[in-house]
Amino acid sequence: MKMKKWTGLLLAGCMAAGALAGCGGSSTGSTQTGGGEGSEELTWKIGMIGPLTGPVAIYGTDVKNAGQIAVDEINAAGGINGYQIEYRAEDDEHDAEKAMNAYNTLKDWGMQILAGAVTSTPSTAVEALTAEDNMFQLTPSGSSKACIEEANAFAVCFNDPQQGTKSAEYFAEHFPDAVIGTLYDSSTEYSAGIEANFESKGAALGLDIADVESFTADNNTDFTAQLNKLKSAGCTYVFMPIYYQEASVILQQAANMGFTPDFFGCDGMDGILDIEGFDTSLAEGLMLLTPFAADAEDELTVNFVENFRSAYEKTPNQFGADQYDGIYALKLAIEKADLTPEASVSDICEALKTAITQIEVDGLTGTITWAASGEPDKEPKAVMIKDGAYVSIEG
Amino acid sequence: MVSFITNLINGLSLGSIYAIIAIGYTMVYGIAKMLNFAHGDVIMVGAFAAYTIISTMGLPTPVGILAAIVCCTLLGIAIEKIAYRPLRNAGSPLAVLITAIGVSYFLQNGAMLIFGSDTKMFSSVVPLQTLSVGPFLIPGTTIVSILTSVILVSVLQIFINKTRPGQAMLACAQDRAAASLMGISVNNTITLTFAIGSAMAAVAGVLLCSAYPALSPTTGAMPGIKAFVAAVFGGIGSVPGAMVGGLLLGVIEILSRAYISTQLSDAIVFAVLIVVLLVKPTGLFGKVIQEKV
Repeated sequence: MKMKKWTGLLLAGCMAAGALAGCGGSSTGSTQTGGGEGSEELTWKIGMIGPLTGPVAIYGTDVKNAGQIAVDEINAAGGINGYQIEYRAEDDEHDAEKAMNAYNTLKDWGMQILAGAVTSTPSTAVEALTAEDNMFQLTPSGSSKACIEEANAFAVCFNDPQQGTKSAEYFAEHFPDAVIGTLYDSSTEYSAGIEANFESKGAALGLDIADVESFTADNNTDFTAQLNKLKSAGCTYVFMPIYYQEASVILQQAANMGFTPDFFGCDGMDGILDIEGFDTSLAEGLMLLTPFAADAEDELTVNFVENFRSAYEKTPNQFGADQYDGIYALKLAIEKADLTPEASVSDICEALKTAITQIEVDGLTGTITWAASGEPDKEPKAVMIKDGAYVSIEG
Repeated sequence: MVSFITNLINGLSLGSIYAIIAIGYTMVYGIAKMLNFAHGDVIMVGAFAAYTIISTMGLPTPVGILAAIVCCTLLGIAIEKIAYRPLRNAGSPLAVLITAIGVSYFLQNGAMLIFGSDTKMFSSVVPLQTLSVGPFLIPGTTIVSILTSVILVSVLQIFINKTRPGQAMLACAQDRAAASLMGISVNNTITLTFAIGSAMAAVAGVLLCSAYPALSPTTGAMPGIKAFVAAVFGGIGSVPGAMVGGLLLGVIEILSRAYISTQLSDAIVFAVLIVVLLVKPTGLFGKVIQEKV
């Protein structure tokens, strides 16, 4: 009899603790930026939602700040069709539910266009709301295919299937003899999506994928078992379509066990050099496929990186570059459609849906055009970490 | 074979950290008869204390470890005094359990306010380089965490069985009312238990983050739960049981991840727990206490 009580208590305890583990806790930060004081003056109200705090805060803050740079530049040059832009960012902590709350906050503020959300899961969640309100949504970096499913939603970045395919093509072209292992997070849509496409495209191209390993969000601190298997399989390249936080731990543990293949990542790897306390020498030689390299020498990139550094004391990552291009794409599309802020949210959306497919943005992440599906078309660049900085690889 | 032994070593490394955490759970349960679900978060506080001293302020490593231990010990005593003691004689044992969950939330969110929720890289406090023995590579942190856990358990065993405060703990564990009749201060003994458990949590936090360097306010949550399982597995209330339970749990987790499935490793760990409890309801080292009427 005593035992039964005990088991019940244990069960209750486990469940309670499980709930604890699931909830990250919360701290909300919101920031308001933008020029217009009074509401009498007509302005464009562009909202942004992203993780300004939390595990992937580097993405959200870079997107927010890069967007601000674009907005300031456009405002200084006279705005869009003669109207100034107001830009406001809300925090979602990379959480779908908080993103929906952030969307409602922005809607109360009077947002006309959403340049967000930053990460895939929140972006998809918000998409359901923008579709219902028929608000134009341009996510800078929501890379899941689901982020652009609705007709009102477009993306600046490559989507996951595109990234997987392009990575496989890159391997086939540059390292055809590599013994490849993959290590991915099976609990996020982003990672699993890229990996699946990499594997199928890789098989079609005849790549030697010797081992496929995975982990889940609940088990993202100890990778020794997976690394051990990749090592035993003799992998010379490890493809890791994951976020930088886990990657930093993996690099540390691989170094500890004397496993030194070449690591290769996607856009989620961007930001690894900015982790507080990270030994950047571990990332030496890490390659990633990304449309933006901060060391590129064209005038646009040089100016952007310089402005960003002087304002925020850090080198912008690809997510920021995507948002910068996104804001300019909105400007071009609005000009193309000849809109004013007097138009309703729904009318703006209808006009932009067509206009965006007719423009060509010559931006930081290459020359971008859009299909009506919401998918962008641009060329990826391969970047390698050398001496603690991102350097483009030629070819 | 080489990879099997490497996996075994990795399992022991993870398991020894679980063991140190599990001791904290098991001692508090044995003596205060409560599950301190905030224990995992005390680990996180310890790791943050060490991180602040070593990485942010640039002071030497031993100072950091010492500061973490002092900080956690005081925190453990404070938690016990403020949150648990007033409820100790409340009608239902659930009151303390729920308070413990509240304390856990408080610590996590407090850390988030102070340090932000982005992940920090904890630089290892172990100066030992990776050792290569034949075909095996043994990371320095592995050696140190296994040694530390063995030493801590031995010292604790001697303390409990050979010293007066240790005997007082045993007496409280057996019968609190009788112990107080014999002139033992139950309150002080329980406070001492919390102090020791929390000091061990600080050590566990520093070792955990040395081996798995990502530090965030939720760092302690999952290891805390696993260590709780380890404590139940070994027989909650028994210190050697917690040690064995922790080591076994670590090995089972790594081996199932290596040979069965990465996705299912947690499920397997918990399934093992269920099987053990079905066969031996008091855990591996648990004592069956006969109630006399």
